[in-house]
Amino acid sequence: MSRPVQFNINSKPVDYNGHISIVGAPEGSGGEGFFATKLSEVVGLARKNSIWPLPFATSCCGIEFMATMGSHYDLSRFGSERVAFTPRQCDLLMVMGTIAKKMGPVLKQVYLQMAEPRWVIAVGACASSGGIFDTYSVLQGIDQVIPVDVYVPGCPPRPEAILDGFMKVQELVGQESLRRRNSEHYKALLESYGIQ
Amino acid sequence: MSLTNEQIQTKLIEKFGEQVSNFSEPYGMLTFEAPKELNLKVLQFLYDDETLKFRFLTDLQAVHYPNDKARPNDPVGWGRELAVVYHLHNLVDNVRIRFKVFTDINTPDVFTATQLYATANWMERETYDFFGVNFVGHPNLKRILNVDEMDYFPLRKEYPLEDQTRIDKDDEMFGRGGSIN
Repeated sequence: MSRPVQFNINSKPVDYNGHISIVGAPEGSGGEGFFATKLSEVVGLARKNSIWPLPFATSCCGIEFMATMGSHYDLSRFGSERVAFTPRQCDLLMVMGTIAKKMGPVLKQVYLQMAEPRWVIAVGACASSGGIFDTYSVLQGIDQVIPVDVYVPGCPPRPEAILDGFMKVQELVGQESLRRRNSEHYKALLESYGIQ
Repeated sequence: MSLTNEQIQTKLIEKFGEQVSNFSEPYGMLTFEAPKELNLKVLQFLYDDETLKFRFLTDLQAVHYPNDKARPNDPVGWGRELAVVYHLHNLVDNVRIRFKVFTDINTPDVFTATQLYATANWMERETYDFFGVNFVGHPNLKRILNVDEMDYFPLRKEYPLEDQTRIDKDDEMFGRGGSIN
């Protein structure tokens, strides 16, 4: 025999009144049954709200990421419900933690295995610049081996800061031109890292 | 009756005589040294003896003493710049001891303890990686924690801790040179 419920006994009618946020429609002209807008807007909208991250969690920032993925600071409400550890299926490489010089080529290999379009976020001081560990064995920032889009400072950054960085990546994704990955500028950027 | 430091010391002196020296007890842990040619004999004796029974190698590392360089007129055997330190533990009587061998930095050859203790394998690789101690007879002596292409031994005192490729560090803020100094 179970105990009677002690919560939600006299339920109030829920009043949303703007407390739910839905993704706004992009600019365009619409009418009865159709909506015309730019392809890059629609593609950007779809991509930015369904980013699948690859957590490359090495040390303490990885623990903060675990907190971000938990229910209190939920990352999946931004669309990254599926966090996979396979580079083949992920859009966003989140590098969280200290990367040693011995780990640099491994990180580069993981980056190379990702399919375009791909973004990189460097979470924490160690991934951004080597952090407190200015030593012979720590890579002084992952931007020495791979191109980075967003840096999140902090040691470790709070989950809110990681979410803020993630939202900046969303802005970048939403406004990216569809031709960017084939442009000369991008190719030159990859050449400077030795990536073909 | 448990094993005391005096008992260990008398057993070592009766077996090795004058060759084990420099007995001291910092914080209660017996410490002694021996010439590097004898390191395996001492380790084997400490392992086999039925009252001593030091059968667990807790740690194996090196210390660099840059002020103890071998002087040019002294024979090579004087060199004490690099010390290899073994920490041994008797699990039955719960006694720990520390055993040091000193070697010259120009010929840092020490016999390997891998035949006696399997853990010495990786510990000696780490000691080689950071101090350059060449363990004679080691099955796989190569770098373990640093990048394979590294050409120096980082934990020797002449090398700085900081990464030398940074160009954006403000020396003034770190107390090195700069316009304030």
